[in-house]
Amino acid sequence: MKRDAILLRPEDNVATALRDLLPGNVAVVGIMEDCREVAMTQAVNYGHKFAVADIANGEDIIKYGEVIGRATAAIPAGAHAHVHNIESLRGRGDR
Amino acid sequence: MEFMGYRRSDGSVGTRNYVGVLSTVVCANEVAATIASKVKDAVAFTHQQGCCQTPMDVERVSRVLSGLGRNPNLGAVLLVSLGCESTAVAQVAEEIRATGKRVEQVAIQALGGAFRAVAEGSLLAQELAMEIGAFPRTPCTAADLVLGLKCGSSDTTSGLAPNPALGMATDLTVESGGTVILGEVTEFIGAEHILARHAKDPETGRKILDLVERMEARAMSTGCDIRGGQPTGGNIKGGLTTIEEKSLGAIAKAGTAPIQAVYEYGEQPRVKGLVVMDSPGREPELLTGMAAAGCNVICFTTGLGAPQGFPFVPVIKITGNERTQVRMRDHIDLSVAGVIEGSESLPQAGQRIFSEILQVAAGKPTKAELSGYTKAMDIYVLGPVI
Repeated sequence: MKRDAILLRPEDNVATALRDLLPGNVAVVGIMEDCREVAMTQAVNYGHKFAVADIANGEDIIKYGEVIGRATAAIPAGAHAHVHNIESLRGRGDR
Repeated sequence: MEFMGYRRSDGSVGTRNYVGVLSTVVCANEVAATIASKVKDAVAFTHQQGCCQTPMDVERVSRVLSGLGRNPNLGAVLLVSLGCESTAVAQVAEEIRATGKRVEQVAIQALGGAFRAVAEGSLLAQELAMEIGAFPRTPCTAADLVLGLKCGSSDTTSGLAPNPALGMATDLTVESGGTVILGEVTEFIGAEHILARHAKDPETGRKILDLVERMEARAMSTGCDIRGGQPTGGNIKGGLTTIEEKSLGAIAKAGTAPIQAVYEYGEQPRVKGLVVMDSPGREPELLTGMAAAGCNVICFTTGLGAPQGFPFVPVIKITGNERTQVRMRDHIDLSVAGVIEGSESLPQAGQRIFSEILQVAAGKPTKAELSGYTKAMDIYVLGPVI
Protein backbone atom coordinates (compact mmCIF):
# COMPACT_ATOMS: atom_id res chain seq x y z
CA MET A 1 0.00 0.00 0.00
CA LYS A 2 1.16 3.55 -0.74
CA ARG A 3 2.37 5.31 2.41
CA ASP A 4 2.11 9.03 3.21
CA ALA A 5 4.17 8.92 6.38
CA ILE A 6 6.43 6.58 8.33
CA LEU A 7 6.51 5.52 11.97
CA LEU A 8 10.09 4.29 12.48
CA ARG A 9 9.27 2.12 15.51
CA PRO A 10 5.86 0.83 16.62
CA GLU A 11 6.21 2.59 19.99
CA ASP A 12 6.79 6.07 18.43
CA ASN A 13 4.16 8.77 19.03
CA VAL A 14 5.23 10.97 16.11
CA ALA A 15 5.36 9.97 12.42
CA THR A 16 7.31 11.72 9.65
CA ALA A 17 5.51 12.90 6.51
CA LEU A 18 6.84 11.40 3.27
CA ARG A 19 4.89 13.98 1.22
CA ASP A 20 3.18 17.30 1.95
CA LEU A 21 -0.03 16.60 3.89
CA LEU A 22 -3.08 18.88 4.29
CA PRO A 23 -5.72 19.15 7.02
CA GLY A 24 -8.53 16.75 6.19
CA ASN A 25 -6.19 14.24 4.50
CA VAL A 26 -6.25 10.73 5.89
CA ALA A 27 -2.56 9.83 6.06
CA VAL A 28 -1.51 6.21 5.59
CA VAL A 29 1.30 5.72 8.11
CA GLY A 30 3.66 2.80 7.50
CA ILE A 31 4.84 0.89 10.58
CA MET A 32 7.29 -1.84 9.63
CA GLU A 33 5.18 -4.25 7.49
CA ASP A 34 1.84 -2.71 8.61
CA CYS A 35 -0.05 0.53 8.13
CA ARG A 36 -2.48 2.65 10.12
CA GLU A 37 -4.48 5.74 9.23
CA VAL A 38 -4.26 9.13 10.92
CA ALA A 39 -6.69 11.99 10.14
CA MET A 40 -4.60 15.12 9.60
CA THR A 41 -5.69 18.18 11.58
CA GLN A 42 -2.93 20.51 10.34
CA ALA A 43 -0.72 20.95 7.26
CA VAL A 44 2.55 19.01 7.64
CA ASN A 45 5.28 19.29 5.03
CA TYR A 46 7.55 16.51 3.74
CA GLY A 47 10.16 15.58 6.36
CA HIS A 48 8.18 17.15 9.22
CA LYS A 49 6.52 15.25 12.07
CA PHE A 50 2.97 14.94 13.36
CA ALA A 51 1.37 13.26 16.36
CA VAL A 52 -0.20 9.86 15.62
CA ALA A 53 -2.25 10.06 18.86
CA ASP A 54 -3.03 12.88 21.28
CA ILE A 55 0.10 13.93 23.18
CA ALA A 56 -0.29 15.81 26.47
CA ASN A 57 1.75 18.85 27.48
CA GLY A 58 4.95 17.60 29.16
CA GLU A 59 4.76 14.13 27.63
CA ASP A 60 7.86 12.54 26.06
CA ILE A 61 8.13 12.66 22.26
CA ILE A 62 9.20 9.23 20.97
CA LYS A 63 10.90 8.62 17.59
CA TYR A 64 13.31 5.77 16.73
CA GLY A 65 11.87 4.21 19.90
CA GLU A 66 13.73 6.83 21.96
CA VAL A 67 12.90 10.11 23.70
CA ILE A 68 13.80 12.95 21.31
CA GLY A 69 12.27 15.70 23.48
CA ARG A 70 9.26 16.80 25.49
CA ALA A 71 5.94 18.39 24.47
CA THR A 72 5.63 22.05 25.58
CA ALA A 73 1.92 22.09 24.68
CA ALA A 74 -0.79 19.53 23.98
CA ILE A 75 -0.34 18.08 20.47
CA PRO A 76 -3.57 16.54 19.13
CA ALA A 77 -3.40 13.58 16.74
CA GLY A 78 -2.72 14.75 13.19
CA ALA A 79 -1.13 18.04 14.32
CA HIS A 80 2.32 19.33 13.35
CA ALA A 81 4.94 18.43 15.99
CA HIS A 82 8.04 20.62 15.79
CA VAL A 83 10.06 23.33 17.59
CA HIS A 84 6.87 25.31 18.45
CA ASN A 85 5.54 22.50 20.67
CA ILE A 86 8.60 20.31 21.44
CA GLU A 87 11.73 21.10 23.40
CA SER A 88 14.97 19.19 23.56
CA LEU A 89 16.08 17.75 26.86
CA ARG A 90 19.68 18.41 25.76
CA GLY A 91 19.60 22.06 24.62
CA ARG A 92 18.16 23.53 21.46
CA GLY A 93 19.75 24.86 18.31
CA ASP A 94 17.38 27.74 17.63
CA ARG A 95 17.92 29.75 20.81
CA MET B 1 23.80 -16.43 4.36
CA GLU B 2 26.94 -17.85 2.86
CA PHE B 3 29.45 -16.17 0.62
CA MET B 4 32.67 -17.28 -1.01
CA GLY B 5 35.60 -15.52 0.63
CA TYR B 6 39.34 -15.73 1.15
CA ARG B 7 40.01 -17.41 4.50
CA ARG B 8 43.44 -16.30 5.75
CA SER B 9 45.74 -18.38 7.92
CA ASP B 10 44.87 -16.28 11.01
CA GLY B 11 41.17 -17.15 10.55
CA SER B 12 40.08 -13.77 9.24
CA VAL B 13 38.20 -13.64 5.93
CA GLY B 14 38.88 -11.41 2.94
CA THR B 15 36.19 -10.31 0.52
CA ARG B 16 38.92 -9.17 -1.87
CA ASN B 17 42.43 -10.41 -2.58
CA TYR B 18 44.92 -7.63 -3.27
CA VAL B 19 48.60 -6.94 -2.89
CA GLY B 20 48.60 -3.93 -0.56
CA VAL B 21 51.35 -1.47 -1.46
CA LEU B 22 51.50 0.58 1.74
CA SER B 23 53.43 3.82 1.90
CA THR B 24 54.94 4.16 5.38
CA VAL B 25 55.41 7.94 5.15
CA VAL B 26 54.02 10.83 3.11
CA CYS B 27 57.40 11.10 1.30
CA ALA B 28 57.05 7.60 -0.20
CA ASN B 29 53.53 8.06 -1.58
CA GLU B 30 54.50 8.60 -5.19
CA VAL B 31 56.63 5.47 -5.37
CA ALA B 32 53.89 3.37 -3.75
CA ALA B 33 51.22 4.73 -6.12
CA THR B 34 53.44 4.16 -9.19
CA ILE B 35 54.21 0.56 -8.19
CA ALA B 36 50.51 -0.18 -7.68
CA SER B 37 49.68 1.33 -11.08
CA LYS B 38 52.04 -1.12 -12.79
CA VAL B 39 50.73 -4.38 -11.36
CA LYS B 40 47.18 -5.70 -11.70
CA ASP B 41 45.63 -6.60 -8.31
CA ALA B 42 48.04 -4.30 -6.49
CA VAL B 43 46.51 -1.31 -4.67
CA ALA B 44 48.30 1.57 -2.97
CA PHE B 45 47.57 3.04 0.43
CA THR B 46 48.97 6.56 0.65
CA HIS B 47 48.55 9.20 3.39
CA GLN B 48 49.97 12.45 4.74
CA GLN B 49 51.60 11.12 7.93
CA GLY B 50 54.64 9.25 9.25
CA CYS B 51 57.14 11.98 10.10
CA CYS B 52 57.49 15.27 12.02
CA GLN B 53 54.69 14.41 14.43
CA THR B 54 54.28 14.05 18.18
CA PRO B 55 55.42 10.67 19.59
CA MET B 56 51.79 9.78 20.31
CA ASP B 57 50.86 10.27 16.66
CA VAL B 58 53.95 8.44 15.35
CA GLU B 59 52.91 5.43 17.45
CA ARG B 60 49.36 5.80 16.14
CA VAL B 61 50.47 5.92 12.49
CA SER B 62 52.56 2.76 12.95
CA ARG B 63 49.64 1.00 14.66
CA VAL B 64 47.20 1.97 11.88
CA LEU B 65 49.61 0.90 9.10
CA SER B 66 50.03 -2.42 10.85
CA GLY B 67 46.24 -2.81 11.05
CA LEU B 68 45.84 -1.96 7.37
CA GLY B 69 48.45 -4.56 6.44
CA ARG B 70 46.67 -7.16 8.56
CA ASN B 71 43.30 -6.46 6.86
CA PRO B 72 42.14 -9.78 5.37
CA ASN B 73 41.37 -8.16 2.00
CA LEU B 74 45.14 -8.03 1.46
CA GLY B 75 46.71 -11.36 0.51
CA ALA B 76 50.24 -9.97 0.67
CA VAL B 77 51.86 -6.63 1.50
CA LEU B 78 54.66 -4.50 0.09
CA LEU B 79 55.84 -1.73 2.42
CA VAL B 80 57.35 1.28 0.67
CA SER B 81 59.45 3.53 2.88
CA LEU B 82 61.80 6.46 2.34
CA GLY B 83 64.27 5.32 4.99
CA CYS B 84 64.50 8.17 7.51
CA GLU B 85 60.84 8.39 8.61
CA SER B 86 59.55 8.14 12.17
CA THR B 87 57.17 5.25 11.42
CA ALA B 88 58.34 2.01 13.06
CA VAL B 89 58.65 0.22 9.69
CA ALA B 90 60.34 -2.97 10.94
CA GLN B 91 57.73 -3.37 13.69
CA VAL B 92 54.88 -2.79 11.22
CA ALA B 93 56.34 -5.51 8.94
CA GLU B 94 56.65 -7.95 11.86
CA GLU B 95 53.10 -7.34 13.04
CA ILE B 96 51.70 -7.94 9.55
CA ARG B 97 53.83 -11.09 9.11
CA ALA B 98 52.35 -12.45 12.35
CA THR B 99 49.07 -12.99 10.45
CA GLY B 100 50.90 -15.43 8.19
CA LYS B 101 50.90 -13.29 5.06
CA ARG B 102 54.00 -12.47 3.06
CA VAL B 103 55.46 -8.99 3.54
CA GLU B 104 58.15 -7.44 1.35
CA GLN B 105 59.83 -4.06 1.73
CA VAL B 106 61.51 -1.46 -0.45
CA ALA B 107 63.28 1.62 0.92
CA ILE B 108 63.86 4.50 -1.51
CA GLN B 109 67.09 5.83 0.06
CA ALA B 110 68.63 2.36 0.40
CA LEU B 111 67.88 1.50 -3.23
CA GLY B 112 69.16 4.84 -4.53
CA GLY B 113 66.16 6.85 -5.62
CA ALA B 114 62.60 6.58 -6.77
CA PHE B 115 63.32 5.07 -10.21
CA ARG B 116 65.14 2.10 -8.69
CA ALA B 117 62.55 1.74 -5.92
CA VAL B 118 59.74 1.65 -8.50
CA ALA B 119 61.57 -1.00 -10.52
CA GLU B 120 62.40 -3.18 -7.52
CA GLY B 121 58.99 -2.66 -5.94
CA SER B 122 57.11 -3.46 -9.17
CA LEU B 123 59.03 -6.72 -9.56
CA LEU B 124 58.17 -7.67 -5.97
CA ALA B 125 54.52 -6.64 -6.33
CA GLN B 126 54.17 -8.73 -9.50
CA GLU B 127 55.66 -11.73 -7.74
CA LEU B 128 53.29 -11.27 -4.78
CA ALA B 129 50.30 -10.86 -7.13
CA MET B 130 51.15 -14.17 -8.84
CA GLU B 131 51.44 -15.88 -5.48
CA ILE B 132 48.13 -14.62 -4.03
CA GLY B 133 46.38 -15.16 -7.37
CA ALA B 134 46.46 -18.87 -6.53
CA PHE B 135 44.46 -18.35 -3.31
CA PRO B 136 40.90 -19.71 -3.79
CA ARG B 137 37.60 -18.40 -2.51
CA THR B 138 36.01 -20.93 -0.13
CA PRO B 139 32.62 -21.04 1.63
CA CYS B 140 32.31 -18.51 4.46
CA THR B 141 29.33 -17.24 6.42
CA ALA B 142 27.88 -13.93 7.58
CA ALA B 143 29.69 -14.61 10.87
CA ASP B 144 32.89 -13.80 8.97
CA LEU B 145 31.68 -10.31 8.07
CA VAL B 146 33.30 -7.32 9.70
CA LEU B 147 31.00 -4.56 8.55
CA GLY B 148 31.86 -0.85 8.87
CA LEU B 149 29.13 1.81 8.97
CA LYS B 150 29.28 5.30 7.53
CA CYS B 151 26.91 8.08 6.46
CA GLY B 152 27.73 11.21 4.52
CA SER B 153 26.14 14.00 2.50
CA SER B 154 22.97 13.32 4.48
CA ASP B 155 19.55 14.81 3.77
CA THR B 156 15.97 14.45 5.05
CA THR B 157 15.73 10.92 3.64
CA SER B 158 18.84 9.65 5.50
CA GLY B 159 17.25 9.28 8.93
CA LEU B 160 14.00 7.88 7.48
CA ALA B 161 15.07 5.19 5.04
CA PRO B 162 18.74 4.28 4.46
CA ASN B 163 19.95 4.61 8.06
CA PRO B 164 17.09 2.67 9.74
CA ALA B 165 17.17 0.09 6.89
CA LEU B 166 20.94 -0.30 7.33
CA GLY B 167 20.23 -0.70 11.06
CA MET B 168 18.09 -3.70 10.21
CA ALA B 169 20.89 -5.14 8.06
CA THR B 170 23.23 -4.50 11.02
CA ASP B 171 20.90 -6.48 13.28
CA LEU B 172 20.82 -9.35 10.73
CA THR B 173 24.64 -9.34 10.57
CA VAL B 174 24.95 -9.41 14.36
CA GLU B 175 22.29 -12.14 14.67
CA SER B 176 24.33 -14.19 12.15
CA GLY B 177 27.39 -13.93 14.39
CA GLY B 178 29.18 -11.18 12.47
CA THR B 179 30.89 -8.02 13.67
CA VAL B 180 29.69 -4.48 12.99
CA ILE B 181 31.68 -1.32 13.76
CA LEU B 182 29.98 2.01 14.44
CA GLY B 183 32.30 5.05 14.21
CA GLU B 184 31.77 8.78 13.61
CA VAL B 185 31.78 9.82 17.27
CA THR B 186 30.78 13.39 16.31
CA GLU B 187 27.44 11.96 15.16
CA PHE B 188 26.74 10.66 18.68
CA ILE B 189 26.55 14.15 20.19
CA GLY B 190 23.08 14.75 21.60
CA ALA B 191 22.20 11.05 21.70
CA GLU B 192 25.31 9.75 23.47
CA HIS B 193 23.27 9.10 26.64
CA ILE B 194 20.92 6.88 24.59
CA LEU B 195 23.81 5.08 22.88
CA ALA B 196 25.44 4.53 26.29
CA ARG B 197 22.24 2.85 27.48
CA HIS B 198 22.58 0.42 24.56
CA ALA B 199 25.96 -0.72 25.88
CA LYS B 200 26.12 -4.21 27.36
CA ASP B 201 27.17 -2.83 30.76
CA PRO B 202 27.65 0.55 32.52
CA GLU B 203 31.44 0.47 32.06
CA THR B 204 31.11 0.14 28.27
CA GLY B 205 28.48 2.90 28.35
CA ARG B 206 30.90 5.14 30.28
CA LYS B 207 33.53 4.59 27.56
CA ILE B 208 31.07 5.81 24.91
CA LEU B 209 30.43 9.00 26.90
CA ASP B 210 34.20 9.43 27.34
CA LEU B 211 34.77 9.24 23.57
CA VAL B 212 32.27 12.06 23.01
CA GLU B 213 33.76 14.16 25.82
CA ARG B 214 37.27 13.66 24.40
CA MET B 215 36.22 14.71 20.91
CA GLU B 216 34.35 17.76 22.18
CA ALA B 217 37.29 18.76 24.39
CA ARG B 218 39.68 18.54 21.42
CA ALA B 219 37.42 20.78 19.31
CA MET B 220 36.98 23.15 22.28
CA SER B 221 40.78 23.44 22.64
CA THR B 222 40.73 25.19 19.24
CA GLY B 223 37.87 27.42 20.38
CA CYS B 224 35.13 25.50 18.59
CA ASP B 225 31.93 24.37 20.32
CA ILE B 226 30.73 21.51 18.10
CA ARG B 227 27.61 20.92 20.19
CA GLY B 228 26.27 24.48 19.93
CA GLY B 229 23.96 25.42 17.08
CA GLN B 230 22.56 21.91 16.64
CA PRO B 231 20.25 21.17 14.96
CA THR B 232 21.09 23.87 12.39
CA GLY B 233 18.56 26.29 10.94
CA GLY B 234 18.54 24.19 7.78
CA ASN B 235 17.88 21.02 9.80
CA ILE B 236 14.91 22.69 11.53
CA LYS B 237 13.51 23.87 8.18
CA GLY B 238 13.83 20.29 6.95
CA GLY B 239 11.78 19.01 9.90
CA LEU B 240 14.39 18.03 12.52
CA THR B 241 13.35 19.37 15.92
CA THR B 242 16.03 18.42 18.48
CA ILE B 243 19.70 17.41 18.62
CA GLU B 244 18.63 14.02 20.04
CA GLU B 245 16.51 13.39 16.95
CA LYS B 246 19.28 14.40 14.55
CA SER B 247 21.85 12.14 16.18
CA LEU B 248 19.42 9.22 16.49
CA GLY B 249 18.84 9.51 12.73
CA ALA B 250 22.56 8.99 12.15
CA ILE B 251 23.11 6.19 14.67
CA ALA B 252 19.97 4.37 13.51
CA LYS B 253 22.34 2.58 11.12
CA ALA B 254 23.75 0.66 14.10
CA GLY B 255 20.42 -1.12 14.70
CA THR B 256 19.30 -2.39 18.08
CA ALA B 257 21.97 -4.89 19.19
CA PRO B 258 23.78 -4.19 22.48
CA ILE B 259 27.19 -2.53 22.14
CA GLN B 260 29.79 -5.07 23.20
CA ALA B 261 32.94 -2.97 23.39
CA VAL B 262 34.54 0.40 22.66
CA TYR B 263 37.83 0.60 20.76
CA GLU B 264 40.46 3.15 19.84
CA TYR B 265 40.83 4.38 16.25
CA GLY B 266 41.94 1.54 13.96
CA GLU B 267 41.93 -1.05 16.74
CA GLN B 268 40.76 -4.53 15.74
CA PRO B 269 37.68 -5.78 17.63
CA ARG B 270 38.37 -8.79 19.85
CA VAL B 271 34.68 -9.61 20.22
CA LYS B 272 31.83 -10.30 17.80
CA GLY B 273 28.65 -8.24 17.62
CA LEU B 274 28.17 -4.48 17.52
CA VAL B 275 31.13 -2.39 18.69
CA VAL B 276 32.01 1.31 18.72
CA MET B 277 35.31 2.72 17.44
CA ASP B 278 36.70 6.19 18.11
CA SER B 279 36.80 8.05 14.78
CA PRO B 280 35.84 11.33 13.17
CA GLY B 281 33.11 11.69 10.55
CA ARG B 282 35.32 12.74 7.63
CA GLU B 283 35.53 10.09 4.94
CA PRO B 284 39.29 9.47 4.40
CA GLU B 285 40.05 9.11 8.12
CA LEU B 286 36.87 7.14 8.88
CA LEU B 287 37.29 4.67 6.00
CA THR B 288 40.99 4.19 6.86
CA GLY B 289 40.13 3.54 10.53
CA MET B 290 37.53 0.96 9.51
CA ALA B 291 40.01 -0.76 7.19
CA ALA B 292 42.71 -0.78 9.91
CA ALA B 293 40.17 -2.33 12.30
CA GLY B 294 39.75 -5.20 9.84
CA CYS B 295 36.48 -4.36 8.07
CA ASN B 296 35.96 -6.47 4.97
CA VAL B 297 32.87 -4.55 3.79
CA ILE B 298 31.67 -1.01 4.50
CA CYS B 299 28.11 0.32 4.05
CA PHE B 300 27.85 4.05 3.38
CA THR B 301 24.45 5.76 3.36
CA THR B 302 24.02 9.07 1.60
CA GLY B 303 21.28 11.57 0.84
CA LEU B 304 22.79 13.92 -1.73
CA GLY B 305 25.34 11.39 -3.04
CA ALA B 306 28.90 10.86 -1.76
CA PRO B 307 31.41 9.33 -4.20
CA GLN B 308 34.20 8.10 -1.87
CA GLY B 309 35.47 4.53 -1.83
CA PHE B 310 38.55 2.89 -0.32
CA PRO B 311 41.44 1.12 -2.11
CA PHE B 312 40.90 -2.38 -0.76
CA VAL B 313 37.61 -2.52 1.14
CA PRO B 314 34.39 -2.40 -0.93
CA VAL B 315 32.18 0.54 0.08
CA ILE B 316 28.48 0.02 -0.70
CA LYS B 317 26.61 3.30 -1.31
CA ILE B 318 22.96 3.34 -0.24
CA THR B 319 20.53 6.20 -0.76
CA GLY B 320 16.88 6.83 0.06
CA ASN B 321 16.72 9.84 -2.24
CA GLU B 322 15.06 9.00 -5.55
CA ARG B 323 16.67 11.95 -7.35
CA THR B 324 20.16 11.05 -6.07
CA GLN B 325 19.69 7.46 -7.20
CA VAL B 326 19.21 8.75 -10.76
CA ARG B 327 21.43 11.83 -10.86
CA MET B 328 24.38 10.25 -9.01
CA ARG B 329 23.95 6.77 -10.42
CA ASP B 330 27.67 6.34 -11.09
CA HIS B 331 28.12 6.32 -7.29
CA ILE B 332 24.98 4.65 -5.90
CA ASP B 333 24.92 0.85 -5.48
CA LEU B 334 21.54 0.44 -3.84
CA SER B 335 18.42 2.56 -3.55
CA VAL B 336 15.92 2.24 -0.71
CA ALA B 337 13.89 5.18 -2.04
CA GLY B 338 10.92 2.78 -2.08
CA VAL B 339 10.66 3.34 1.68
CA ILE B 340 10.08 7.06 1.01
CA GLU B 341 7.85 6.52 -2.05
CA GLY B 342 5.85 3.98 -0.05
CA SER B 343 6.50 0.90 -2.20
CA GLU B 344 8.81 -0.91 0.25
CA SER B 345 8.81 -1.44 4.03
CA LEU B 346 11.88 -0.81 6.19
CA PRO B 347 12.35 -4.53 6.99
CA GLN B 348 12.22 -5.37 3.25
CA ALA B 349 14.84 -2.69 2.55
CA GLY B 350 17.00 -3.98 5.41
CA GLN B 351 16.84 -7.52 4.03
CA ARG B 352 17.85 -6.24 0.57
CA ILE B 353 20.87 -4.40 2.03
CA PHE B 354 21.94 -7.57 3.89
CA SER B 355 21.71 -9.58 0.63
CA GLU B 356 23.77 -6.92 -1.17
CA ILE B 357 26.44 -7.08 1.57
CA LEU B 358 26.78 -10.85 1.06
CA GLN B 359 26.93 -10.49 -2.73
CA VAL B 360 29.58 -7.78 -2.54
CA ALA B 361 31.49 -9.91 -0.01
CA ALA B 362 31.47 -12.70 -2.60
CA GLY B 363 33.03 -10.44 -5.21
CA LYS B 364 30.26 -8.39 -6.81
CA PRO B 365 31.93 -5.05 -7.55
CA THR B 366 30.74 -1.75 -6.08
CA LYS B 367 30.34 1.36 -8.24
CA ALA B 368 33.35 2.95 -6.53
CA GLU B 369 35.51 -0.08 -7.36
CA LEU B 370 34.34 -0.09 -10.99
CA SER B 371 35.10 3.59 -11.47
CA GLY B 372 38.31 3.60 -9.41
CA TYR B 373 36.89 6.29 -7.10
CA THR B 374 38.63 4.52 -4.26
CA LYS B 375 41.21 6.90 -2.89
CA ALA B 376 39.49 8.39 0.17
CA MET B 377 42.27 7.58 2.63
CA ASP B 378 44.31 9.18 5.39
CA ILE B 379 45.25 8.41 8.98
CA TYR B 380 43.42 10.32 11.74
CA VAL B 381 46.00 11.98 13.95
CA LEU B 382 45.44 14.11 17.03
CA GLY B 383 48.48 16.36 17.44
CA PRO B 384 50.12 19.05 15.36
CA VAL B 385 52.49 18.61 12.43
CA ILE B 386 55.87 19.77 13.74
